[in-house]
Amino acid sequence: MGRLKTIARRTFLIGSAAVAGGVAFGVYTVRKPHENPLTAAAGEAVLTPYVKITADGITLITPRADSGQGVYHVQAALIAEELDVDLDQIKADPGPPSPAYWNTALAAEAAEFLVPAAGMMQDMAEGAVTSVMKVMGLQITGGSTSVPDQFEKLRLAGASARETIKAVVAEREGVAVSDLNTASGNVILPDGQKIPYISLAADLAGAEIVQDVALRDPSQWRYIGKPMQRIDMLAKSTGTQDYGIDASVEGMVHATVLMNPAQGGGMSGYDASEALAMRGVKAVVPISGGLGIVADNTWRAFRAAQAITVTWEDPSFPLEQADHWAALEAAFTPEAQDSQKRNDGDVDTALSDGEVLTAEYRAPYLAHAPLEPINAIVRVDDDRAEVWTGTQIPRFIQANVSRITGIPAEYVTVHVLMMGGSFGHRLEDEVVKQATEIAMQMKGTPVKLTLSREEDMIHDFPRQIAMARMRGKVANGQVEALDLGFAMPSVMASQLSRQNQSAPGPDSQIVAGAWDQPFAIPDQRVTGYRAQQLAPISSWRSVGASSNGFFYNAALDELIEAAGADPLDERLRLCSDPLARQALEAVAEMSGWAGVGGFANGSKTGRGVALTKSFGVHCAQVIEVTDTDAGLRIDNVWVAAEVGRVVDPVNFENLVQGGAIYALGHAMNSEITYAGGVAEQSNFDLNPGMRLHQCPNIIVRGLENGDRVLGIGEPPVPPAAPALAGAIWAVTGKRLREMPFSRSVGFV
Amino acid sequence: MQLRINGTLHEVDVEDDMPLLWVLRDELGLTGTKFGCGIAQCGACTVHLDGVAVRSCQTWAIDAEGADIRTIEGLGTPDALHAVQAAWLTEQVAQCGYCQSGQIMQAASLLAENPQPSDQEIDDAMSGNLCRCGTYPRIRAAVKRAASLMQEG
Repeated sequence: MGRLKTIARRTFLIGSAAVAGGVAFGVYTVRKPHENPLTAAAGEAVLTPYVKITADGITLITPRADSGQGVYHVQAALIAEELDVDLDQIKADPGPPSPAYWNTALAAEAAEFLVPAAGMMQDMAEGAVTSVMKVMGLQITGGSTSVPDQFEKLRLAGASARETIKAVVAEREGVAVSDLNTASGNVILPDGQKIPYISLAADLAGAEIVQDVALRDPSQWRYIGKPMQRIDMLAKSTGTQDYGIDASVEGMVHATVLMNPAQGGGMSGYDASEALAMRGVKAVVPISGGLGIVADNTWRAFRAAQAITVTWEDPSFPLEQADHWAALEAAFTPEAQDSQKRNDGDVDTALSDGEVLTAEYRAPYLAHAPLEPINAIVRVDDDRAEVWTGTQIPRFIQANVSRITGIPAEYVTVHVLMMGGSFGHRLEDEVVKQATEIAMQMKGTPVKLTLSREEDMIHDFPRQIAMARMRGKVANGQVEALDLGFAMPSVMASQLSRQNQSAPGPDSQIVAGAWDQPFAIPDQRVTGYRAQQLAPISSWRSVGASSNGFFYNAALDELIEAAGADPLDERLRLCSDPLARQALEAVAEMSGWAGVGGFANGSKTGRGVALTKSFGVHCAQVIEVTDTDAGLRIDNVWVAAEVGRVVDPVNFENLVQGGAIYALGHAMNSEITYAGGVAEQSNFDLNPGMRLHQCPNIIVRGLENGDRVLGIGEPPVPPAAPALAGAIWAVTGKRLREMPFSRSVGFV
Repeated sequence: MQLRINGTLHEVDVEDDMPLLWVLRDELGLTGTKFGCGIAQCGACTVHLDGVAVRSCQTWAIDAEGADIRTIEGLGTPDALHAVQAAWLTEQVAQCGYCQSGQIMQAASLLAENPQPSDQEIDDAMSGNLCRCGTYPRIRAAVKRAASLMQEG
């Protein structure tokens, strides 16, 4: 907690930095904490520009990486709200305006953006975020923290810039600041004359920054809470949005890799003679755990890779899937206990007599599989290196390239590019390490490394494999006792090991989305068990809650059925948090809830309900399924999510719908399984997700009853699978305890 | 060989079996057409051959010779949007946007052939185009809006 207190005590000072031909606003000074091992120990003051004004235009610096969640847009809107610029007047730039301007100190400062705001700190104190996430949180886009973290900071930066501009104009024109107005990137003089901000760039450079600013009352907001046109929508509707994979650097070559298909295993020999004779192939070079294939065209590199024969070594984890499950089954022991963050009442006594219900649940490994295959461009020179890639962890990349090349970090430049999806995949940087190793063997030449879909999917550090065991009891038509144990390897330990970091203490992701649920079952215990590390795993959209939201709600549903109660009514009765209650009441009202329907009630259509609190957000869903001759069809989904403040209702609806679809598609038909140490699903034919003809109607409501502004990228995921399982039970009578559900039922 | 792309003839020196996708992207720098899977499972690489949507990752360069090839760059531009693109913009379809070039080319091909598709026909025509972000509800709405826009002329 020491680190958090340090941050909380920090003074928030606004300053400015002169940039070439203009000014950068929104700079705050912080005292660098010495205890943070990841922060450069440089000077005490670092600068963070959010707003850059030059004669050429206005640039808003939006340092959180955009993987499709619209966070460039949201960050720009928060600044624009106070700066009084129109969203079509500005550019959003995630990275360095110029290499000289963006130095290591600024990179360290970018990390400071990512320290979650007060509300998230509360969650941390509650233990919802592991100690590891506190470290990770300093330098990543993730955990649905962008909006919570920046909701106030970016508006303050915008307000400070606006007031400084007004002060400069007031002095120059000899009028009172209070007589000036601002609108659409102009200062408006008392006589109505407009002075564009960009015409003031020279005057603003070196101006004394107005620090004492008040944020506008929400009643005055022009952007926040209203539908906006996302700033990247035109480019993304015309094929003109450049992603990492579209980047081009003068003189670059195209490369791919052929890695041990058993993730992390070594290579004992290879024969590339046939590949080297193929047209366009420039080189085949050994790298850690595989080969880099360099050509003059991506496809030629792909084809050459297929012509290479390699002798691979076994990976360090069990070769067969059954042994992975066995490792989880073996982890439900006192010795493997990782945490017991909830222990209400007296579970042991409650379950010592009478009828005790038991059940066991499973969730598979899952690939993230964003549609843009993983890629990076790296150029290594003798004394500097440069990286172009779509990433959530630019600071780790800088450190890793420095470590691999021996070039000091301040001479490693990272250009963060637009991501074609991530879902957590781009919290890893193996592709940059690989490209760096190739580039070191051809210094001065930019190497564009693109993975084939197959290389990407079988090396996609997947979502954790997970199990849960439930014991429970009901009495008098009510759920009385619930004892839930969760077993899985530690995502955080696996993920951080690839950054040469350790993960001390319990991994609260093992019980995330379960231990803190707003249901006051009198005797309730949640225990986390840490299984041995198996296949390397990584954060997958909503992380621990992605499996645990299913386990918790599915277990609750079984008890509710045994009690003879209605799943929505009993959740409401048990509900211990007014915000959760309002979310449940909202989906009840939206869906016109009148019981589960289904075959017990003479209908082929049935419903399920679930609520998961994750990342601070209470998200409730009702899902309706019909049993048709062609298989089960998901007809309707109703979602209510409590986020405190919906910043952009259009983007919010899109993200919530997408989150539900992502979760449902995987729950229906997706998994990664291992045979001979190799992932058996290597492309979308074997790992399909949801397709358009399977997509239900999805009605979304954002609730704003809470006083904390929360992010929505991940919370729609955890409750979707259990609500679907509940609906499937209603129409088939089958209790599904293992994902994907296609193992048990057929879908349209 | 010579390829006619968006009305312009390009001379390219490539293997007969190089997929059109990689001719577009790596040889000609037309990166609006995306690589997603390489096995015609995702639709991100969809282009038009003589007005019909095809997966360019499974179309040999030699087989595209003589055809009128249209890519997203040739469908419309930010200043002169095709009706489908205008609908995509209004409905704010995209999240990451990576699949949307292919989705738009698929939808444009559908509407050229069937100006007023039913819901079922939209589902049938668009189900080969994967969207990992899950923008399907907006894709459906945008296809309908595009059909209306084209109807209005």
